[in-house]
Amino acid sequence: MKSQRLTIAEQSRLLARGEVSSVELTQACLDRITELDPALNAFITVTPGEALAAAAAADRRRKAGEGGALTGVPMAHKDIFCTRGVTTTCASRMLANFVSPYDATVVERLAAAGMVSVGKTNMDEFAMGSSNETSYFGSVKNPWDADRSPGGSSGGSAAAVAAGLVPMATGTDTGGSVRQPAALCGVTGFKPSYGRISRYGIIAFASSLDQAGVLALTAEDAALVTAPMAGFDARDSTCSPAAVPDYAAGLEASIRGKAIGVPREYFDAGLDPAYAQAVHAALDVYRQMGAEIREVSLPNLALAVPTYYVVCPAEASSNLSRFDGVRFGHRAADVSDLETLYKRSRTEGFGDEVKRRIMTGTYVLSAGYYDAYYLKAQKVRQLISDDLKRCFEQVDMLAGPTTPTTAFLLGAKVDDPVQMYLNDIYTVSVNLAGLPGISIPCGIVAGLPAGLQLVGPQFAEQQVLNFAHLYQKETDWHRRTPLTGASGT
Amino acid sequence: MAFSKHDIEQIAHLARLEISEADVPVYAAKLDRIIGFIDELAQADTGDLLPMAHSLDMSQRLRPDEVTESVERDYYQANAPETAHGLYVVPRVID
Repeated sequence: MKSQRLTIAEQSRLLARGEVSSVELTQACLDRITELDPALNAFITVTPGEALAAAAAADRRRKAGEGGALTGVPMAHKDIFCTRGVTTTCASRMLANFVSPYDATVVERLAAAGMVSVGKTNMDEFAMGSSNETSYFGSVKNPWDADRSPGGSSGGSAAAVAAGLVPMATGTDTGGSVRQPAALCGVTGFKPSYGRISRYGIIAFASSLDQAGVLALTAEDAALVTAPMAGFDARDSTCSPAAVPDYAAGLEASIRGKAIGVPREYFDAGLDPAYAQAVHAALDVYRQMGAEIREVSLPNLALAVPTYYVVCPAEASSNLSRFDGVRFGHRAADVSDLETLYKRSRTEGFGDEVKRRIMTGTYVLSAGYYDAYYLKAQKVRQLISDDLKRCFEQVDMLAGPTTPTTAFLLGAKVDDPVQMYLNDIYTVSVNLAGLPGISIPCGIVAGLPAGLQLVGPQFAEQQVLNFAHLYQKETDWHRRTPLTGASGT
Repeated sequence: MAFSKHDIEQIAHLARLEISEADVPVYAAKLDRIIGFIDELAQADTGDLLPMAHSLDMSQRLRPDEVTESVERDYYQANAPETAHGLYVVPRVID
């Protein structure tokens, strides 16, 4: 695959100097999508008309001396973000023809910053999956190896950035859905703290865990685009009113003397030894930068995935009860009574994994089981959150692998839901506790990218981006591009 | 636990889903696997910890009751499978 990957920072500089126009950058993205996406399947919807019009408007803004660093830079949205006038499918048959009457706050804010959306990326259906195989529109292929999964649920966004179709795409992360595909596709995936970015207009999956994030080529780019996305929004009742710092301004701060905690449980059985080596090498880079590496413990790590798979299906079963075939979404034909209309519309509209999670969630919330499962899981959630808080009394940042293995083969885990869920072992506790996390490329293991996950205290987005950026100044793993794929090398 | 055919049908009914006769054993096996996995939680010592609903230490915010947007009924209803006279049409529920 040819390397044409320019970062947002680079594109922004070219635009500022007038060396390239937004229309040219946008057309280049559209051309690359036309060339490579038939094989990758990273996009569900491409919007050339809207994109070129927005690009022309961005060029006019720049010419008039208006706009900012992001004005005119192309990007894509995960198809879970509502976009007024453009289909928002959530990769489900249920919403295959749904056109949102409003824009998500994230969509609105990035458009206001002048970014040009070229379309909507593929994902696991309703973001339920870690492999992109639950999409109604077919799975995305990993640009590094078309037989492998790009991860999920933001797999289309990760693959699109890795393959250079766009320099940045939005994602959402409920249990690792930004960080895990970022690791598997060799890109940077940043999930801010719960409440940092408005959830308004993001189709709800598990509302106490859902958080928007970005897939980009560098931590610097992640800082540039997170800035306008973050901040208070009256339309999301859990959006934090805390002030948003200037993320880009904090990127170069020295980390000399800072302590990085490495949870010993992260290196237990289950982690590929070669992947572990890549993570240890990354920790050495931090040592050389003057950081101190300390072992810490997350004694309840093994409970994080089971906790997540109670809380998340419970919330999902509630959230997805809105799909009933009446006001929007798929409706079954030839039904004569209302209950059958609900049941058949939902049965036809949802895929297997979504139905499984609705069933699990319904069960753990049902009379007689609520205390044993849902209430218990919420208590264990507190336990896990307290463990993490305790770590941050000793260290400034946590580091470890993002995933237990590099990209797995498509089809390898679809038959056993628990095997699939265990992909999330290192990422879910971060969501349960609502912390900021990032995955950055830290090595190549047998030809496939490995990810280093950094996790900071609540609302320490700036420090997380700072730690990630300094690592990327010392290494070039984030510049490695897929060597195989649709168009060869 | 092992899910019986009745259990699966009951959960499906609560979830307003239809599970075909042929799919019942498939759902039963997968739910057995998932519930068996989350049963590990029973062993956790949670003492007198309070349940954690979400990660933010904040109380519910109120807002002034002001009109902030206008209704675009026709545009909203363009997504509806069936409407008439500005209303959503469903199968008859009262004879």
